[in-house]
Amino acid sequence: MGLLSKKDTLLLTDPLADNNPITIQVLGICSALAITAELKASIVMAISVMFVLGLGNVVISLMRNIIPSKIRIIVQLIVVATLVIIVDLVLKAFAYELSKTLSVFVGLIITNCIIMGRFEAFALGNGPWRSFLDGIGNAVGYGVILIAVGFFRELLGSGTLLGFKVLGDPIEKTGLYAIGYENNGFMLLSPMALIVVGIIIWIQRTKNTALIEEN
Amino acid sequence: MSKRTDSNGYTMIFAIVMVLIVGSLLAFLASSLKPSIKENERIEKQQNILYAMGINENDESSANFVSTSIAGQEFKKYVKKQLVLEGDKISESEDAYLIDVKKQQANAKAGKVRKLPLFVGEKDGKTFYVAPIRGKGLWDAIWGYISMDENMVVQGAYFDHKGETPGLGANIKQRYFMDDFIGEHLMTENGVFKGITVAKGNNDPKNDEKTDYEVDAIAGATITGDGVSAMIKKDLALYVPYFNSLKK
Repeated sequence: MGLLSKKDTLLLTDPLADNNPITIQVLGICSALAITAELKASIVMAISVMFVLGLGNVVISLMRNIIPSKIRIIVQLIVVATLVIIVDLVLKAFAYELSKTLSVFVGLIITNCIIMGRFEAFALGNGPWRSFLDGIGNAVGYGVILIAVGFFRELLGSGTLLGFKVLGDPIEKTGLYAIGYENNGFMLLSPMALIVVGIIIWIQRTKNTALIEEN
Repeated sequence: MSKRTDSNGYTMIFAIVMVLIVGSLLAFLASSLKPSIKENERIEKQQNILYAMGINENDESSANFVSTSIAGQEFKKYVKKQLVLEGDKISESEDAYLIDVKKQQANAKAGKVRKLPLFVGEKDGKTFYVAPIRGKGLWDAIWGYISMDENMVVQGAYFDHKGETPGLGANIKQRYFMDDFIGEHLMTENGVFKGITVAKGNNDPKNDEKTDYEVDAIAGATITGDGVSAMIKKDLALYVPYFNSLKK
């Protein structure tokens, strides 16, 4: 790829696996637990975070030399809140239906610790282009885990995927339900998301033992 | 190492300038977009009322409103009367659907008379009475419209929310939940108002029982469900005198 140097490519790919924001840095756990009961909500959240993180990283990176270090966290918070509110207002005026779907996520995006984490750890010390790549990379890394958790929670909890009844109808007793299969209502509750994330972390560290911290 | 940006004076000035820029930007955006947002909300109210009456573009499993471009016409066509109930007084108004239920609830709390909007619609020779309801979910406001026949049997329901958890409480606006209310009775045969409880226990999963004053709850959304039960009981009880007067 001519556009991206090796270092730049690493910015995009590292957060997908060996430096994943959720499983390695343990950031953004709150939203990963809260909204993954359905695959659709996971996907919407992943896309929204990608947008805000990519754009926010660029803005913070452009401002990095003029932000006073004493109030940098507040400045970051203002930037992300402003971005999200602008998007919300514009959607409400011109794409009302879409805004109804997304408005619930607004608060969750502002308080997502991945966003603050990347502003603080990367955008404050790097140029806009690299910050943009870092933002997209981390958002994808976050999104992949979110979608994986959403997939298992919706499949095992409600027996559906994106609302489609892939395992049959639990009330009419068709498909898998005909032979006595039952949905696991536990999967819909947040603690099970923590367990699913835990299992993902376990699998990842079994495959790549270099990730295991020494005691 | 001391940088120019570390001084207190710079920090103060930066903070002030930033707040001014961001504040005026947001204020400008909010006020310039306000008319179109208000208009969207007005159309949405008409769509909600029509939805509760069964005038919608639902496909097999998802809930879809009539399109925004025809909502106004359809609303005029199907909604025959917009009533405002104030104590014993009943008046008609063209804009009853714009009555802010939240404000009226606050009025009632302050001891004033609450204006109760009621929309009388007609479709295929059947009369529908649509009433707005509003209450609290887990995180924020929830509201909806219930359409009933003259015996207070639910003909359709629409629920919406401001910030319930996606995938859990937010599912009150899903078809499978809203459709469960259709056919449910709100009153006993003797005219005692019972409301409808969103009940756990899964004792009637197909929702065949229409006079048990219960619908099945959503797993993982107990508090939102309780909010739905509460707003139905509280707000629809206020309309009971009107429905009783219809019988006479």
